[in-house]
Amino acid sequence: MFSPDQESMHPSRRRELQLERLRWSVGHAYENNAFYRKKFRAAGCEPAQVRSLDDLRRFPYLTKEEMRAQAPYGLFAVPLKEVVRIHASSGTTGNATVAGYTRGDVDLWATLMARTIASAGGGAEDVLQVAYGYGLFTGGLGAHYGGEKIGATVIPISGGNSERQLAIIRDFGTTLLACTPSYAINLADYAARSLPGFDFRKTRLRAGIFGAEPWTEGMRQEIETRMGIDAFDIYGLSEVIGPGVACECSAKRGLHVFEDQFLVETIDPDTGEVLPEGSQGELVYTSLTKECCPVIRYRSRDISRLFREACPCGRTLIKMDKVYGRSDDMLIIRGVNVFPSQVEAVLMQVEGVEPHYQIVVDRQGALDDVEVRVEVGEAIFSDELKVMADLSEHIAARMRAVLGISAKVTLVEPDAIERSAGKARRVIDRRTL
Amino acid sequence: MNIPQLSVFLENKPGHLQNVLRVLADHAVNIKFFTIAEVKDFGILRMVVDKPEEAHAALKAARFACSLAQVIAVAMSDTPGTLLRLVDAFGKRNLNIEYMYAFADRHGGHSITLFRFEDPEAAARALEEEGYQILKWLPQGDLQT
Repeated sequence: MFSPDQESMHPSRRRELQLERLRWSVGHAYENNAFYRKKFRAAGCEPAQVRSLDDLRRFPYLTKEEMRAQAPYGLFAVPLKEVVRIHASSGTTGNATVAGYTRGDVDLWATLMARTIASAGGGAEDVLQVAYGYGLFTGGLGAHYGGEKIGATVIPISGGNSERQLAIIRDFGTTLLACTPSYAINLADYAARSLPGFDFRKTRLRAGIFGAEPWTEGMRQEIETRMGIDAFDIYGLSEVIGPGVACECSAKRGLHVFEDQFLVETIDPDTGEVLPEGSQGELVYTSLTKECCPVIRYRSRDISRLFREACPCGRTLIKMDKVYGRSDDMLIIRGVNVFPSQVEAVLMQVEGVEPHYQIVVDRQGALDDVEVRVEVGEAIFSDELKVMADLSEHIAARMRAVLGISAKVTLVEPDAIERSAGKARRVIDRRTL
Repeated sequence: MNIPQLSVFLENKPGHLQNVLRVLADHAVNIKFFTIAEVKDFGILRMVVDKPEEAHAALKAARFACSLAQVIAVAMSDTPGTLLRLVDAFGKRNLNIEYMYAFADRHGGHSITLFRFEDPEAAARALEEEGYQILKWLPQGDLQT
């Protein structure tokens, strides 16, 4: 553990620490940021009301739309001269959300990322290849600072250029890889296709820290098998701090949330009602020590489940399941809720299917039409038509049985589905509602 | 004695067949026999070519899902009832034909039928026992009695 005192703290002692920090954070937001002050007053809330952790529930939620509307600096609670770094979300669905960091925030973030690297078994002797994009996106610099904090040897290659990535893994003796899970699969594909002599098992690569998009157990197994490594899930959001909000440990049974820094709640995404631990719902985050951009009850839109269990790793931190999907990625198909990750999980249970797929939703008359496009890789290609037709029928039957949706499964040629070095585009929704 | 047959997965869309044929043309691969089996959205192109290994490698490099399989070619007289007798030879041995396709030969009033079996060796034995001639594969992709 990088911060053993914090990560394995006795839960009752941690609750005291959380309350003390929560009072500071709410007070800091209220006193030093006009947006929060107005928002809290409108809801009839003030910092003095926080006498227990449950009192946080009196405070209103902060939404992504509000954050966008406040961009770039409307959520800063310190003067710009104290801000040393700016990041922004990709903003593919509208304006970006902007996050600022004081020197203290950057150091906190680096510490959290150092914790995640330690959680994946990494340390000062490791060579960390950071293949997340560098820039406004938090992935690259987040992993970079965490790597330096723990004393690892950091290779800041950024995303893209698979041939070079693989050459560096081989020649520089990379032991840890940090990138999106879909890019890890891209690398494995590239190696298999274009570098016949490349064998991941002959490199020093032993683990990967993969995040920035939801992924499934099936994808983990595929990465682990093809690359011969341990694959760990890391979670974070630029609105909260970036990667390093939560991560898996060697147990790979849920992600520990660093709750000494962030309070996490689960709510019903439709009604906003707070749900008990163990329920599936949208995660809501409150930062406890962040200076530049305190977030009070930020609705992440990520759907997961929180639970506590004695973990063999010794951390006493609350756990969250791998994110099932985002509430805004959730497709409602003929009234059935479906996450792309669930479709992926079904596909990955079919022998030989690779996680290259796309879900196309359209509306014919009053009914939703779902097409799942699946690439035909070498492992599932057969020269017998019947075998191929059976395969698509089998996948459609699994979708019906597991997800309760009738999807048309279309087999497509390799590379027919657009690839990206960053996040994969899994859903095309052509419905105009 | 088995004939290497190249199979390629194709989406049933305009231009896709051309993409395959262009790769083969670029590698100076000559197609000897050719058939497409299709369902609604996709088809499987099956070919006997003069340079199967090279064609297979070129298509793989061009990111097509493809494979090489062994088929059996038989020549027989182009007359009524001959195909029935031939297929009977497999039927009575309970050998299932995965798929087959036939061409009329330009020379000598023969037709050539290509068969795909799960167990080509058993099929070849059956044909020998029944006195059929199995065509040989020549390196240039030609078939010879």
